[in-house]
Amino acid sequence: MDVKTALFYVFAAIILFSAFRVVTARNPVHAVLFLVLTFFQTSMIWMLLNAEFLAISLVLVYVGAVMVLFLFVVMMLDIRMDGIREGFWKHFPMAAVIGVFIIFEMSAVLMGGFSAGDEPAVLPIVADMKMSNTKELGKLLYTHYLYPLEIAAALLLVGMISAIALTLRQRKDVKALDPADQVRVKAADRLVIVKMATTQAAPLEGKA
Amino acid sequence: MCATLSASTLLAIPLLPLAASATVGIFGTKLGGNLIGRLAAHSLTIFGVFLAFVLSAITLNNVVLHDARFDDTIYTWMVLGGLKMEIGFLVDGLTAMMMTVVTFVSLMIHIYTIGYMQEDKGYNRFFSYISLFTFSMLMLVMSNNMLQLFFGWEAVGLVSYLLIGFWFNKPSANFANMKAFLVNRVGDFGFILGIGLLVSYSGTLNYHENFEQAAELSRYLLPGTHWMLMTVICICLFIGAMGKSAQFPLHVWLPDSMEGPTPISALIHAATMVTAGIFMVARMSPLFELSDTALNFILVIGSITALFMGFLGIVQNDIKRVVAYSTLSQLGYMTVALGASAYSVAVFHLMTHAFFKALLFLAAGSVIMGVHHNQDIRWMGGLRKYMPITWVTFLLGSLALIGTPLFSGFYSKDAIIMAVHASQLPAAGLAYFSVLAGVFVTAFYSSRLYFLVFHGSERMDQNPDKHHAHHTHHGHHGTSKPHESPWVVTVPLVMLAIPSVLIGYLTISSILFGDFFYGSILVNSEMHKAMEMLREEFHGPARMAFHGLTSAPFWLALGGVVSAYYMYMVNPALPTAIRKRFQIVYTVLENKYYMDWFNENVLAPLVRGLGTALWRAGDQGVIDGACVNGSWRLVGWVSGVVRKFQTGYLYDYALTMVLGVFVLMTYFVWLK
Amino acid sequence: MTLTLGHFLSLGAILFALSVVGIFLNRKNLIVLMMAIELMLLAVNTNFVAFSYDLGNMHGQIFVFFIMTVAAAESAIGLAILVLLFRNKSNINVDELNSLKG
Repeated sequence: MDVKTALFYVFAAIILFSAFRVVTARNPVHAVLFLVLTFFQTSMIWMLLNAEFLAISLVLVYVGAVMVLFLFVVMMLDIRMDGIREGFWKHFPMAAVIGVFIIFEMSAVLMGGFSAGDEPAVLPIVADMKMSNTKELGKLLYTHYLYPLEIAAALLLVGMISAIALTLRQRKDVKALDPADQVRVKAADRLVIVKMATTQAAPLEGKA
Repeated sequence: MCATLSASTLLAIPLLPLAASATVGIFGTKLGGNLIGRLAAHSLTIFGVFLAFVLSAITLNNVVLHDARFDDTIYTWMVLGGLKMEIGFLVDGLTAMMMTVVTFVSLMIHIYTIGYMQEDKGYNRFFSYISLFTFSMLMLVMSNNMLQLFFGWEAVGLVSYLLIGFWFNKPSANFANMKAFLVNRVGDFGFILGIGLLVSYSGTLNYHENFEQAAELSRYLLPGTHWMLMTVICICLFIGAMGKSAQFPLHVWLPDSMEGPTPISALIHAATMVTAGIFMVARMSPLFELSDTALNFILVIGSITALFMGFLGIVQNDIKRVVAYSTLSQLGYMTVALGASAYSVAVFHLMTHAFFKALLFLAAGSVIMGVHHNQDIRWMGGLRKYMPITWVTFLLGSLALIGTPLFSGFYSKDAIIMAVHASQLPAAGLAYFSVLAGVFVTAFYSSRLYFLVFHGSERMDQNPDKHHAHHTHHGHHGTSKPHESPWVVTVPLVMLAIPSVLIGYLTISSILFGDFFYGSILVNSEMHKAMEMLREEFHGPARMAFHGLTSAPFWLALGGVVSAYYMYMVNPALPTAIRKRFQIVYTVLENKYYMDWFNENVLAPLVRGLGTALWRAGDQGVIDGACVNGSWRLVGWVSGVVRKFQTGYLYDYALTMVLGVFVLMTYFVWLK
Repeated sequence: MTLTLGHFLSLGAILFALSVVGIFLNRKNLIVLMMAIELMLLAVNTNFVAFSYDLGNMHGQIFVFFIMTVAAAESAIGLAILVLLFRNKSNINVDELNSLKG
């Protein structure tokens, strides 16, 4: 067994263990941390697959930003811890069955279909060593995939706006007015003139 | 030289009575505010029918002397797919004769009613109804397509219902009119099956077009069976005739229809409505000639009716019922003639019978009026002294009915007997026996009636049931002596007596053996030789009368008269003695062969039970239960199951999605 | 045994299965649900990278790029929704999110 294989198995084992712990952790903070571990290991596996840029970006973007976001939210929300695992064991058998079923089926398909592997085609960069993975990505991204790139950028912008719009709260003690409403006010909205007699008879006394 | 008749004249003939009927019916009754009095009511209607009669007579004249014919559409009502529904007239010898007979008898009845219904509260309504009837019958006989025939058929049935139940406060009248209508309905069911079958194969309602296709249609079999299509059609059509013309077993309504006033018994149930069936079969002769089975069937039914209804007439005590059973028996004769393919003979008998039977009914009505509304012949007698005109006309009518040579009835009845004798069909033997025996029976009951009413001792005081069953007392409260009826009653009697005596002698040669029915009635002479053989033996009316003196029918009739004379005049104790000896026979006859009992206690509950069962099982169970309720329950159940998938929980939805993917994957990877 | 494509794909498959189980199991914790979704995306990404390595072209890695972008945006918005939910209901039970029940 060569190093690559051994490394793969080590990394795979840790991934599976930590993924399992993500879904079964009692404490959500633990779950987040296990997820971080999973990401790290996966990043290493991607390194094994010669995808360096992606591996690093997984760590930087995913772990550094998304997981930290998760952590923020977990710590910010005042979650009641006692009822959080209720009903877990009740559904566990069913879940286990489903999980095993999915695993078996997919493995059967995948191992059956793809284990007859000839040597993976060699990337030109391995032979060449002149182009790095990043450069290869860039070459493809800014030519063929330019349009999707722009759309992805717009998507991120929209995501940001929507996140803000969803959670923005107005301060209740600010007395700001809408200027448009102020301009549109008419005299009739503010003042009502009532016609009355100049003199009025005094009300009769003793109206039983 | 075939001239054509004028469409507007022909249109006027049915429409004049209709207009009179509508005017009197609406404005002369409470419906329109009682604006028209009695004088105006009867004048309008009589005027309408009189004009119709005059125009019919003119038409008959044109048809006979100038060979005029008419077969055209007056108005197209609807065109449905390829089927044209029209109002049209077909006027040839057969139609013209029927039109004249109908309008003449109707006119006589109209005049008679002035006297008979004088004290009745529903005077105007009655006139409106009988004019309406005239219209319906005219539409029936003048029609040139099956739809209008059926319209007329149903319309006369309706008016018959209205008239039988004219005195609607009497429960027996209501029972009778329902019975008439329902039994007719049974016949109409067969009729409409026949029409439907015919139209579905020929694609047209028009007579002429149907007759053109008849020969070709006779080659078909009814799908799914071994029966000839034409046989089935003819038998179904004849079932309609059985209902309308009161043949066995659909005859049960006619005796009960005597609940209606006597004028309508004369008009509807003797002369015109009941002959509609005979007319229809004669009109459809091109179809009936193609089916020997149907003709045999007709012969059998006719012979049963002719003989067995005659037996029932012997034991009746109500004067109208005797004449009613006589009508049934004579209708049986006409039917038998139809079965022997002697259509012209049947129609000839129809005409002569219309005259003498209407006469007999009207005379009976006159007698009833004369003895203050008693209808039981046991409490009459010796009336010839008090009601001479009625007596003489009744005698003439009875002689015609019996078949006395030279009277009209003789010619038509003997022609029937000879035709049946000459027919080659298997059932003709039975028919011949029936019509011959029927002659004796007819003579017997007619003479019995005549002797008991007009001769013998006066038994009016012996009536145990003194109270008057019907309405009024003519103001003769104190006296109980019978009296002759007013001229409005006796003049129609005389007017009807004249053709009863003469018309047979005068018209037999041209009607039976001349060109009168040329083009109207078709006889297949090679297969049905009866008319041919009659023609060979006929040497003129006088010689026929002379020859008749030596023929079997004459002696049978004479025997009947003599027996009746002996039993009711000479030895009155004899009938009672015979009755004691043959009590069983008498009971069966009195109960009308238990047919009414069967209908009321077996057939009707059966049908009602079938209806109830179908209602419960079919309507409530299947339609309401399974289809209507079942469909919503099914939808409800299914949605109740499907609803469980919509739990609202995210994880359930996600799980379902994933599982769905795996199911599909399993299917595509392994099972395909 | 040599490392074949199948190994990597199986790894991705097992990760995916685990995350499905996680979704199914966590009825009381919405955050873990969202983390399970991240796991699912990770499994898919691994698949893409494995294929890209096997087929020798960069297209798979480009796609991973985009998936990561979308995943980031989606988790941001998802967490915003979660915060709102918490504001309104004071807990993050998935069990109680059944207003769409049919």
